[in-house]
Amino acid sequence: MGNIKDKVAIVGMGCSKFGERWDASLEDLAIESAYEAYEDAGVGPEDIEACWVGQVSAPVAGIGATSIAEALKLRDIPVIRNENWCTTAHIALIEACIAVASGLYDTVMAIGVEKLKDTGYPGLGTGRGMSPVLEARRTAPGSFGLIAKRYFETYGLSNEEGKETLAKIAVKNHDNGSLCPKAHFHNKITLEKALNAPIIAWPLGLFDCCGNSDGSACAIITRADRARDFRPDPVYMKGYGISMDSLLPHLRPGFDWLHFDALIKSSHKAYEMAGIKNPREELDVAEVHDCFTITELAIYENFGFSPRGKAKEDIDSGFFARGGGLPVNIDGGLKCFGHPIGASGLRMTYEIYKQLQGKADLPERQVKNPRLGLSHTFGGPPQISAVAILGNEKG
Amino acid sequence: MTGIVSYGGYIPALRLDRKLIADAWGRNSIGGERSMANSDEDSITMSVEAAANCLNDRKREEIEGFFFASTTAPYKEKMNSTLIATVLDLEREVVTADFGNSLRAGTAMLKAALDSVKSGSTRNFLVAAADSRLGYPKSDQEQTFGDGAAAVLVGDTDPVATFEGSYSINNEMIDVWRNPEDKFVKTWEGRFILDEGYTAHMKEVVSGILKKYDLKPADISKVILPAPDIRTHGKLVKSLGFDPKTQVQDPLISNVGYCGTAQPLMMLTAALEEANPGDILLLAAYGDGADAMIFKVTDQIGKSMNRCKMSALIENKMMFPSYARFLSFRDILEAQPGEPFRLFPSATVSWRERKSSLRCHASRCRKCGCMTFPVQRVCYNCRSKDDYDEVRVSDRAGKVFTFTRDNLGGRSDDPVIIQTVAELEGGLRFYGIMTDCEPDTVELNMPVELTFRRIYEGAGFHNYFWKLRPVRRGGAN
Repeated sequence: MGNIKDKVAIVGMGCSKFGERWDASLEDLAIESAYEAYEDAGVGPEDIEACWVGQVSAPVAGIGATSIAEALKLRDIPVIRNENWCTTAHIALIEACIAVASGLYDTVMAIGVEKLKDTGYPGLGTGRGMSPVLEARRTAPGSFGLIAKRYFETYGLSNEEGKETLAKIAVKNHDNGSLCPKAHFHNKITLEKALNAPIIAWPLGLFDCCGNSDGSACAIITRADRARDFRPDPVYMKGYGISMDSLLPHLRPGFDWLHFDALIKSSHKAYEMAGIKNPREELDVAEVHDCFTITELAIYENFGFSPRGKAKEDIDSGFFARGGGLPVNIDGGLKCFGHPIGASGLRMTYEIYKQLQGKADLPERQVKNPRLGLSHTFGGPPQISAVAILGNEKG
Repeated sequence: MTGIVSYGGYIPALRLDRKLIADAWGRNSIGGERSMANSDEDSITMSVEAAANCLNDRKREEIEGFFFASTTAPYKEKMNSTLIATVLDLEREVVTADFGNSLRAGTAMLKAALDSVKSGSTRNFLVAAADSRLGYPKSDQEQTFGDGAAAVLVGDTDPVATFEGSYSINNEMIDVWRNPEDKFVKTWEGRFILDEGYTAHMKEVVSGILKKYDLKPADISKVILPAPDIRTHGKLVKSLGFDPKTQVQDPLISNVGYCGTAQPLMMLTAALEEANPGDILLLAAYGDGADAMIFKVTDQIGKSMNRCKMSALIENKMMFPSYARFLSFRDILEAQPGEPFRLFPSATVSWRERKSSLRCHASRCRKCGCMTFPVQRVCYNCRSKDDYDEVRVSDRAGKVFTFTRDNLGGRSDDPVIIQTVAELEGGLRFYGIMTDCEPDTVELNMPVELTFRRIYEGAGFHNYFWKLRPVRRGGAN
């Protein structure tokens, strides 16, 4: 397999306000993030040679990319849609990077956009997947909730200890979200509040579940050797990894619900491409897929941030908090920034991009002198994982 | 020698204290409790349960016919017995037919199966009856009716009870009926229908069959007389000259209820479970006339069979706490709608997936042995393509591997879904919903078994699939 390390750079990014955007359509959200990205990169629509769109649930299936191209008046260029559960925007970004690395294009766009709040109901609805019978009553919290009890049992946590450990992740992400103007939620919560919240899918309570939001994020990508023509502080693609487990975890013989191959392999491929040996030490900031608190915990261990069974110690010591050894989800994560499915991967990358440039919107949430950051989404029941590692220096 | 080769009952786990019904209407309870189908049960699913209990570990490919009887069949047009036969993983060549329209459908069906085997047309015939009838809210029937099922396997080899003869009479009378648009059972004046309908014809058919076969009441070991209520049953027994203490099979009214077409077969099943070699059983059932049959118990009855007895099914129960939710489960009240579904059923998809979703077939790779449900054409483990055997796994025991109590996925009147991953015998993983279970009692490694249930309604037809539940049928697998 080849390597795109330092061949491609992001020279502009935009991110819409996330939340219940009753005022904004799918198209409005795309315009909001794309025009911020144009301005940031100093380009216009005429400079874009191809566009990759991350979009899951446009009002009618299968039309997402054309809706966005039409909204942005992208003319005479390829517009390609990616749809891969929650990794949608990451894979759109990675595809765009690969296209530039191939030498075919100089400047391209990757944009993720999702409008969830036009459905008339909260949440993503019941029944997920392909089979109307087998997966009829599957829900997102139900699927991820299945991880929790196995984790508690394997590592000897009582239900109470387990729930408290998860709640601490929620408290951290709410604390981070409170400082993030574009996030969906800005409320700080106490451990007690998290523990006493209504149960959604036991042991996951309300605050263990991410926000159901509208939003969009966009990146302008170019060849690394041209990046400084656009701006003095481009952010370079250091490595990526995408991995898919070949059977729904629920059905997979022998699966322990702890060792997610998709997480392990996607992160390791990205580390290898980026030349990272010890992610816990070498990464300065990470945005990972906290659709539910238990997912964030599983990622700590599958990504090698924490040793197996030891995530609790790192959570208790604040290792992943703002100012800790490896701040995770410093913008509030999916928990507070919100999770418009097809936009999230680019939103997380937006945060890493800003952090690596030292341009976090509020100084108190700027990580000190970061060099390497990771963004990640984990999609499906869960089954597919995508990782991007970015750096602010070549080499 | 034609007779009953096997038998098995089914009573839903849920019971409703009749006092809850009575209190809601300011009436007196008739006492005891009634069985009630869960929100995911109907006459098809209950028949599957009873038939699985009856078939036990018998070779299903030997069954040559299957009849289903009910007055509450989920489909009015479309054969219900083909669905049940498919779910039971019977051969496609099996003869099927539905019986209905009368409470006598259960015995009529049994008689037809016995005659089929006796004539030599078939060697093994499975029959199952189930009902879940609705009395008007507040009515006596609402309290006395119960939901249940029973199945009988008729055959020509080694019967546990031989078929000795039958006698039938018809009665044309508007006594108990439902018009096509009726949800609830209608009845004419009580004294008229009991005196001139039920009691008169039951007396006549019992006397008639005794006379036909030159028997006296004292020759009968157990008389099996389904009845609409306890008082009517008691009066009938007395007038026929049977000893209520020794000769009479419990009519199951007090703690189960009157289960329509299934009642005769449920009581027959209960009688066989306690019978001794040489016993003579007399079964008579009313519905627009009456059928009577005589069976003689053989020494095969003592052979131990791993089935779940009626007594155990009665004992193994969950008291249902709410009359309002009972009404909602039966579509009498419309509760606030829950979360909408994203996956819409398609008859085409259901048809294509029938081997896994109905027959409960898993794939077992011929190269590496890896078993997966539903069937995977490319092996998950070794990626061999189209090189597998289909294996029925509905009868495999399992244990909970992991679970969560999901408050989003359920119906609004039955909101908690226990999403469960179970490991079945052979290392196979099964993902499903746990039913018939208090959510707080689920634990890792809890023994579970598969049960066929309704999943949801959509596209104008019923959607069924397998669920998990705490072991109840048990050894009957």
